Amino acid sequence: MSDNALIKVSNLKKHYNGGEVKALDGVNCEIQKGEVVVVIGPSGSGKSTFLRSLNLLEIPTDGQIVFNGADITAPKTNINKHRQKMGMVFQHFNLFPNMTVLGNMTSAPVKILKKPKSEAEEKALELLDRVGLKDRADAYPSQLSGGQKQRVAIVRALCMEPEVMLFDEPTSALDPEMVGEVLDVMKNLASQGMTMVVVTHEMGFAKEVGSRVIFFDEGIIQEEGTPEEIFQNPKSERLKSFLSKVLI
Amino acid sequence: MSVIMNFIAEFKRVMLDGARFDLILVGLKNTFIITLGALAIGIIIGIVVAAVRTSFDKNKESMKLRGGVGYYVLAFFNAVCKFYLTVTRGTPVVVQLMICYFVIFALADDGIPVAIFAFGFNSGAYVAEIFRAGIMSVDNGQFEAGRSLGFNYFQTMRYIVIPQMFKAVLPTLCNEFIALLKETSVAGYVGVTDLTKAGNTIAGRMYSYFIPLLTVAVIYLVMVLILSSLVGKLERRLRKSER
Repeated sequence: MSDNALIKVSNLKKHYNGGEVKALDGVNCEIQKGEVVVVIGPSGSGKSTFLRSLNLLEIPTDGQIVFNGADITAPKTNINKHRQKMGMVFQHFNLFPNMTVLGNMTSAPVKILKKPKSEAEEKALELLDRVGLKDRADAYPSQLSGGQKQRVAIVRALCMEPEVMLFDEPTSALDPEMVGEVLDVMKNLASQGMTMVVVTHEMGFAKEVGSRVIFFDEGIIQEEGTPEEIFQNPKSERLKSFLSKVLI
Repeated sequence: MSVIMNFIAEFKRVMLDGARFDLILVGLKNTFIITLGALAIGIIIGIVVAAVRTSFDKNKESMKLRGGVGYYVLAFFNAVCKFYLTVTRGTPVVVQLMICYFVIFALADDGIPVAIFAFGFNSGAYVAEIFRAGIMSVDNGQFEAGRSLGFNYFQTMRYIVIPQMFKAVLPTLCNEFIALLKETSVAGYVGVTDLTKAGNTIAGRMYSYFIPLLTVAVIYLVMVLILSSLVGKLERRLRKSER
């Protein structure tokens, strides 16, 4: 099983101030193709740092990340090549405000993959159609609602045809009534077999869609298992107390 | 009525007779050449210096962690840029101009290229800081979004950060250009007939200061107003994406 892991993380550490702050303190984990891994934990537990380390937005202090059989933490790695295969969705959407929705989606395929513009636009429109935003293709991000922005951000990442999608609290900045539309898109994506790593506070999503749940605290994985194991049968005291606070 | 008639007659006597206004036109042309040339040099220097400074600030942590000599090379150029900014912004432009003309390019017989260089060198420092502030004002999330899509550092800057930066700095950059246009009025120190020098020459020749200097002032004012309105138009066009 470990041989065909899409992402293999070993002994990942991220220290700040010369080791004073340990955001990640030795994380080991494997992500298989097609898995939906949901990462939960209290704020400051290192779950976002972990996610951002996977595509090296945070450079780890120590440890190794193997993606598709390549050690992306090696100094000579061309990380840009690997990032093209790792889509990322941010809490604050980070759409490019100076480009239309279509521009946001086609810039990377056209400029990086050198795809013809017409082909990239066709693909973008098809994806927009799937998330019900085809009619907003020529809008600017400032003209969209939060939920629409996040849906565009998801399909923008999909335009690069990634092998894994990383979600960094994708619904935390949304008004409550817009959370559903974004989660629906993510569920849809999961059902199509996309490998996903999702940092979230949406326990409902974790239960329903997650194939595995990882509980982070103090920079390490405290507990992991299927949603049933984690939510119905938590072992560690930390996880029990965390769940008692978030599950009402 | 007679006041106005007198003024027109005096204007004609001082400025127009003997083809003296041609001198103003020569000065205006030189002011234009110096300002535009200095602008080009200033922007090029500004881009390079801002690029070095922001690259260093953005990448120093990760470069240190990933090892290699890259960090030290960039740190060296960053130090050079800081030195340039300190010296250039810490000394008057007239002094820099005179050092260029009388010391560095002492063999040059034409003051105009020297003036272009000196004003460009000076303006570059201010433009660099404007660009740097502009780049820093673009949300880091934009940068991260670009990198996460697979753009490399330079592509992210070129396609995502710099277009947004440009919009943010446009008014400030315009002020710098206006300041530069007016600053070139000290070019007369190195024997260049710019607009101010032309007015001053006529004034000296005619023993009449009011009209030549007023003329010069009005020409500067008109140029500044035109420049401001052009930038206003450009700004409105760029703001389209914020409807």
